Amino acid sequence: MAKNIKLMQGNEAIAEGAVIAGCDFFAGYPITPSSEVAEILSSKLPKIGKVFLQMEDEIAALGAVLGAALGGAKALTATSGPGMSLKQEHIGYASMCEIPCVIINVMRGGPSTGLPTLPAQGDVMQAKWGTHGDHAIIAITPSSVNESLYETIRAFNLAVKYRTPVLILTDEIIGHMREKVVIPDKSDIEIIDVKLPGVPPEKYNPYNYTSGEVTPLAPMGEGYRYHVTGLIHGETGFPSQKTDVIQNAQNWLMDKIYKNIKDIEKFEEFQTEDADILLVAYGSTSRSSRQAIMMARSAGIKAGMFRPITIWPFPDEQISALSKKIKKILVPEMNMGQVIFEVQRNACGSSVYGLNVVNGEPITPDQIYEKIKEISKI
Amino acid sequence: MIKTKFDYNKYLRKNTLPHIWCPGCGDGIILKSLLRAIDKCGYSKDDVVITSGIGCASRLPGYVDFNTIHTTHGRALTFAIGIKMFKPRLKVITISGDGDALAIGGNHFIHAARRNIDITLIVFNNYTYGMTGGQCSPTQPVGSLSTTTPFGSIEPPFDVCNLAQAAGATWVGRSTSYHAVQLEKFMVDALNHTGFSVLDVITNCHISYGRRNKMKSPVEMIKYQKEKAVPARSAENMTPEDLAGRFKTGILFEKAGSPEFCTEYYKKLESIKTK
Repeated sequence: MAKNIKLMQGNEAIAEGAVIAGCDFFAGYPITPSSEVAEILSSKLPKIGKVFLQMEDEIAALGAVLGAALGGAKALTATSGPGMSLKQEHIGYASMCEIPCVIINVMRGGPSTGLPTLPAQGDVMQAKWGTHGDHAIIAITPSSVNESLYETIRAFNLAVKYRTPVLILTDEIIGHMREKVVIPDKSDIEIIDVKLPGVPPEKYNPYNYTSGEVTPLAPMGEGYRYHVTGLIHGETGFPSQKTDVIQNAQNWLMDKIYKNIKDIEKFEEFQTEDADILLVAYGSTSRSSRQAIMMARSAGIKAGMFRPITIWPFPDEQISALSKKIKKILVPEMNMGQVIFEVQRNACGSSVYGLNVVNGEPITPDQIYEKIKEISKI
Repeated sequence: MIKTKFDYNKYLRKNTLPHIWCPGCGDGIILKSLLRAIDKCGYSKDDVVITSGIGCASRLPGYVDFNTIHTTHGRALTFAIGIKMFKPRLKVITISGDGDALAIGGNHFIHAARRNIDITLIVFNNYTYGMTGGQCSPTQPVGSLSTTTPFGSIEPPFDVCNLAQAAGATWVGRSTSYHAVQLEKFMVDALNHTGFSVLDVITNCHISYGRRNKMKSPVEMIKYQKEKAVPARSAENMTPEDLAGRFKTGILFEKAGSPEFCTEYYKKLESIKTK
């Protein structure tokens, strides 16, 4: 069968992926360079009977998403830069209350208003640590338009399965670039739908901290009356200040992600088998890295790449294993050094070098190749 | 006026009691009025969603057996809008304090009103941030004392009802925790209204507000509510001087038949489908 191939922009692919994933609800606020996600969904969602809302601010947008998600919606918001900063409180609320939702962050230069139409990768640590308090998060860094579509679908699935906010971190390059996309047949992809709990309302607890199973979130208005609060709560959902409940709740928020890391992790390796220099690169920077690796190999330098697709939780195990055999690691990033610290934490005796370019331009293959050459001589 | 004894147990989550409110707090009176009003409206418990923000009043949803969401500070209306738009058949009520609704949540307040979305907002207006220890709120009268206005507030307060009406709410009323029977009646009216309804309820925080403003006991504060309340009709014949330091009560604004956001949205969807 002929493949359904389209030329699309990254932001458009995210909107397309959301619709395929069964997105019922979008609420957003205009911000560059993510606005196309909202613009496209403002046309697509109403046509299929779904809800599109432009809210009064970024905080309201995620609030509305969480309200809809509690009603059982697969819900999405998209933002950039300052908008992501504003969303932090509700990301914490979604984590604490275990409300599934997908949040797109088309990264732009910062801090503050920064560089609205120019790319950066400065929000990787914010994705993990931006909201107050301990929690685990899932964040995904697609590196192409095609991957943006498929990873959006996966993000919705993970959100429902683990009852958690899932962040997609693209950047201005991926968001605005046009590339080939293979539109999947619904029969070829897995879609995880919101379900009613398997128990009757009188037996339903909205949370479960001990069995290891993620309790389905009962859509409100279907007979399962329960309480949701951002206060630390027990398995019944009501606030508690008992020390054991607090500890269990905190452990659970971490465990449900980290104990399922095998299901959540996703990465790609490129020519790592015989590599003497390992690049760890994600998002648009991984594309320049790939090109630089080919340039290096032509010049006789054996370089390879590990590309996290799921960046949070961080692929500790893989980096650790690779660093046992590859003694030089280069982490090129469009920031002043963020993922490099995660790599250093996992590097078993390897030397870890950074290439940090934050001038509003993509990191070029030449820049990376020069750095590879430099490292190869050390 | 209440002829038979109302069974509150039907709606209370008794395992979550006792509540956190101080003895003599007006919030309990408002809670009971709300339960009677919901009962009168005949809603199924499964179909009622109550969202709230942060503060003393916002703890209310935890005590009542509906679909309840205790959200973030000031943002209860945004959650309410989300669930209402996704499941329009649900009856959505938002509980908020004066700081929650009008300071940190002021933007959501005016925009919910502008949209005229079918949500009932009940503002528990006690002129203070009670839970955090009595700081100055956006409804605190000029000259009154708080833990952050030790020399008397110089900021003019918001009039919740004027603001709601100006922003586009189509049902606006005010009552007090003294007027429990009227409160219930207004709540029924607000809940039955299609569109954004705002009920401003003047209530007492004798601990955080009254204590610093010569009304140490709940009795003094309830008396204040009784004496300062001016029924809207009587206010028509009063001069601004007469009304100084007092507040109007009653259904202050009502406009039936205005386009309601949720209905309009789904009407629009139908029109797109048929094209």
